[in-house]
Amino acid sequence: MLRFLIRRILGAIAVLFAISILVFLIFNVVPATNPAPRIAGKNATPHLIKEVEKQWGLDKPLPEQYWTQMKLIFTGKVKSYQSSINVDQRILEGIPATASLCIGAAIIWLSFGFLFGYLSAVRAGGWLDRGLTVLALIGVSMPVFWLASILLYYFTYKIELFPPSGYEPLSNPGKWFSHLILPWISLAILFAGFYSRVLRSSMLDVMNEDYVRTARAKGLSQRRVMVKHVLRNSLIPVITLFGLDFGVLIGGGAIVTESLFNIEGVGLFTAEALKQQDFPSIMAVTLFGAFFIVLFNIFVDIAYAYLDPRIRLGTSAA
Amino acid sequence: MSATPETAPASPGAGGGALLEVDGLRVGFATEDGRVQAVDGVDFRLEPGEVLAIVGESGSGKSVTAQTLIGLTRSPNSHIEGSVRLRGEELTALSESQLQKVRGTQIAMIFQDPMTSMNPVYTVGSQVIEAIRAHDTSAGKKEARARAVELLESVGIPDADRRVDAYPHEFSGGMRQRAMIAMGLALEPSVLIADEPTTALDVTIQAQILDLIQELNRSRGLATILITHDLGVVAEVADRVLVMYGGKVVERGTLDDIFYDPQHPYTWGLLGSLTRLDQPRPHRLPQISGAPPSLLHLPTGCAFRPRCPHEFGKCTEVPGLEARLPDDPNHRDRCWLTPEQKRKRREVEGRIGLEEPR
Repeated sequence: MLRFLIRRILGAIAVLFAISILVFLIFNVVPATNPAPRIAGKNATPHLIKEVEKQWGLDKPLPEQYWTQMKLIFTGKVKSYQSSINVDQRILEGIPATASLCIGAAIIWLSFGFLFGYLSAVRAGGWLDRGLTVLALIGVSMPVFWLASILLYYFTYKIELFPPSGYEPLSNPGKWFSHLILPWISLAILFAGFYSRVLRSSMLDVMNEDYVRTARAKGLSQRRVMVKHVLRNSLIPVITLFGLDFGVLIGGGAIVTESLFNIEGVGLFTAEALKQQDFPSIMAVTLFGAFFIVLFNIFVDIAYAYLDPRIRLGTSAA
Repeated sequence: MSATPETAPASPGAGGGALLEVDGLRVGFATEDGRVQAVDGVDFRLEPGEVLAIVGESGSGKSVTAQTLIGLTRSPNSHIEGSVRLRGEELTALSESQLQKVRGTQIAMIFQDPMTSMNPVYTVGSQVIEAIRAHDTSAGKKEARARAVELLESVGIPDADRRVDAYPHEFSGGMRQRAMIAMGLALEPSVLIADEPTTALDVTIQAQILDLIQELNRSRGLATILITHDLGVVAEVADRVLVMYGGKVVERGTLDDIFYDPQHPYTWGLLGSLTRLDQPRPHRLPQISGAPPSLLHLPTGCAFRPRCPHEFGKCTEVPGLEARLPDDPNHRDRCWLTPEQKRKRREVEGRIGLEEPR
C-alpha cells in the first residue's frame, strides 16, 4: 500500500510539472507576439510593460522564463497589474468561500445521488424507479445559471426567505448557512441527478454478476446482498466522477454559481480574471485548479485501492 | 451405484416422501420477443446420499431448473409453476424471506466459474464467515472464523489458517472451487446443487473436485444434484441421470440405463460424441448436427426432431415421458420409436451413437 501511494504521488508530481510547462507555453510561446503587454493588462504604460518584461524574465531564454514565472507564482509574488492585487493572496482568501460552497453541495448531491440511485436500482423497472428517473432527468436538464436565477428570484425576491447574496464567514454559522443554502441547492441538483443515474446503472451491472447470485444462494437477506455485495462493487464509477467533479469545483470551477450568488471565492475570481483577460491571474488560477484535480485523482486512486484489493495488490491480480 | 444407497441416513422428513420432490416444474420468462419456456415440465425425486445428474446442452433448461429450486429465478418477469417440496415443505409457496432461511442451511448451491462466483473485494474467509453468520446469529466472529478455517481444511485447502485471509484472486481455480464448496457446506445442508462445478477447471483439478463432491456425498449423506454437459463427469459420480433437451426431460434412468441402454436418440448423440480411449480413434469426432433449438421458436412435436436422423411422421406429436421398456418402469424417455427399433438404430459402427443425418 505504501509503495502504491509513493508511486501515485510521484506520478502526480510529474503530471503537475507537465501541466505547468503546458500553461507556460500556452501563455508565453503560443501567441507569436511579445507576452509582456498581455501580462501587463489593457491600459498598461510603456514603462509598466518594460517592468513586466524584466520581472517575468521575458528577455531571457525560455527555460529561464519558465523558472522565473513559476517562482513568481509559487512564492506568492505574482501580481495582477490591472487590479493591482496579489493574485495568490486573492486565491487564498477565496478558498473558505469556495470550500464552503463545494463541500456543502457535495454532501447534498452525494446523499441524494446515492439515495435515489440505490432505490432506483433496487426497484428497477418499477414505479419508484420510473419516478426517480424522471426526477433525475429534470435535475440534469436544469442549467445552473437558470436554476440559480429562478431560486434567487423566488426565494429571495418574491418570498424573501433567504438573504439575497454574498458570502458570510463561518464565524457566524447561522448567517453562513442561510447565505449558502440556495447556492448549495443550485450547484448540487445537476450532480445529484447525474450521480443517481450513474450509480443506478453501475448497480444494475453488478447485480448480474455471478457473485451476487452466490450471495443470494447463501441465503443472505436482500438488503445485505444489495449493500455489501452490490453497492460496494458499484462505487468505482461514482468515485471516479466525484474525484474529477469535486477537484474541478474546488479548484475554481464553480464559476457560474459563485458569480450568480456573488460568493467571493476562487470561481468568482476566475470569472473576473477571464472577463478582464488578466493573464497573471488566469495563469495562477489554472495551476491552482490543476493542482486540485491532480490531488483528488490521487484520493480517487487511494479509494480504488481501498475498495478493490486487486488494485491494491497490483501485480498479482489475475 | 444404486438409486437408494443403504448408507444414506434416514430422512427426518414428513410423510415418508423423498428428501426433495419436484413435480411438473415449469419456468417461463417474459422477454421482449415473447415468452421463453426455459423449463417445461420437470419431475424428479432425490433421496439422501444420492447423486442425480442433470445433463444437457446450453439452453436445455438444466441451470434454470436448479436455480428455481431455491427461488433464484424469481423475478417480475418469470413465471414459475409446479411444485418443489423439501421434506414435504412446498418451497414454491414460501416468501422470499422464508426462502432465505432455506438457502444455504438446507439447500446449498455452487456455481460454474469460481473466479466470478466469489466477490473479488472480500477475503475468502469473510465470505465463508458471512454464510455462517447469516443463519447462525449466535456465532461470534471468532467462532465463525474458526469454523471457516475448519471448513476450508475439510475440503482440502492446505494452510487454511493463513489462506482464510486471502482474496479469491490469490487462489487457484481449483482452490477457489474448493472454497466455494466449503462455503456451501458451512451450514451442513442436506442438498447440494452443483451447477457445472468442474467446467471452468482443467482435467486433473476436475477429477479432484469430483472426488471431493463424491466423498462429501458419501460421508455426510449429502444429496447432490449435479448439473453438467459432460457425460464423463456423469459417469464418474452419478447414481441417476436426467437428460434434458429444449426445457424438457427427454430421458431419465439410472447411470447404467443411460450409458448401456439409452433410449432417446439425443442421448445416443451425447454418448456418441464422447471420445473414448478404449476404441479406435475415429476419423472425425462425431457430433450432433444442427444447434439446440431457440426456446422462443420450439419446433412442434418432439423438440429434437429437426436434428434427429430417425424422425418419422409421428414425431410431430410430443411424446410423453413414459416407461417404454416392459421390465424397467423407472427408465423413461420421450421417443416414439419402439424399443426394438431403438436397439437396432443406436448401433453406429459398433458402438452407441447417432447416425449421420440423411
